[in-house]
Amino acid sequence: MFLDLKRIHLPVMAVLSLGHRMTGVLMFLAIPFSAYLFNLSLSGPQGYAAVLSLLQQSGVRVLLILLLWSLAHHFFAGIRFLLIDFDIGVDLYRGRRSAWVVIAAGVLTLFTGVLLAL
Amino acid sequence: MNRRAYGLRDWLLQRISAVYLALYLLLFLAAVIIAPPHSYKDWRGWMAGPWFGMATVLFFIALLIHAWVGVRDVIMDYVHPVAVRLLLLSLVAGVLLGSLFGVMATLAEVLA
Repeated sequence: MFLDLKRIHLPVMAVLSLGHRMTGVLMFLAIPFSAYLFNLSLSGPQGYAAVLSLLQQSGVRVLLILLLWSLAHHFFAGIRFLLIDFDIGVDLYRGRRSAWVVIAAGVLTLFTGVLLAL
Repeated sequence: MNRRAYGLRDWLLQRISAVYLALYLLLFLAAVIIAPPHSYKDWRGWMAGPWFGMATVLFFIALLIHAWVGVRDVIMDYVHPVAVRLLLLSLVAGVLLGSLFGVMATLAEVLA
């Protein structure tokens, strides 16, 4: 298997696919912390207030925005992969075009998130 | 299905869970836009609602399945030494099961 990441010249579909994997791993790493915050937020009014104030800290905000982009990219890329499973958009031209659309949709969601967070 | 076919089974599970996760997220987003929770009472009320609460229970189960299949595939592709691979897979399984256990305990208490 040829998996030397430094020597593979990547077409946009491959970048997208790698992004899908990396955002997936990133969100996996966020699961235990998110689960903890979810539990805390439902533990009582104090816990809920503690979660809210934590989520308003600027460092946490940056992480949240990164996770928002991850989710958006993973979501749109996932829909694209599902469509390809159903034989929709399999040819090179469409595959390349839809890859760019997915990347753009992820970035657009990121900007929307940043605007809403400001 | 025999043991050799678990790849196909997981391929399918990955896609079914993906569709459910996507639908739940859209539902959640719509709920936040239509009636954002303004207080602890609102938030708990969301999760205590039988439909939303059960949909959330299912969400976390689907998330566990989806994350397990996905992260396992990534580890199997890039981590080859058997001992390291087993260690990582055990860690991932532990983190996922631990998180799920905590969330289910919370939701069981809220829904009770």
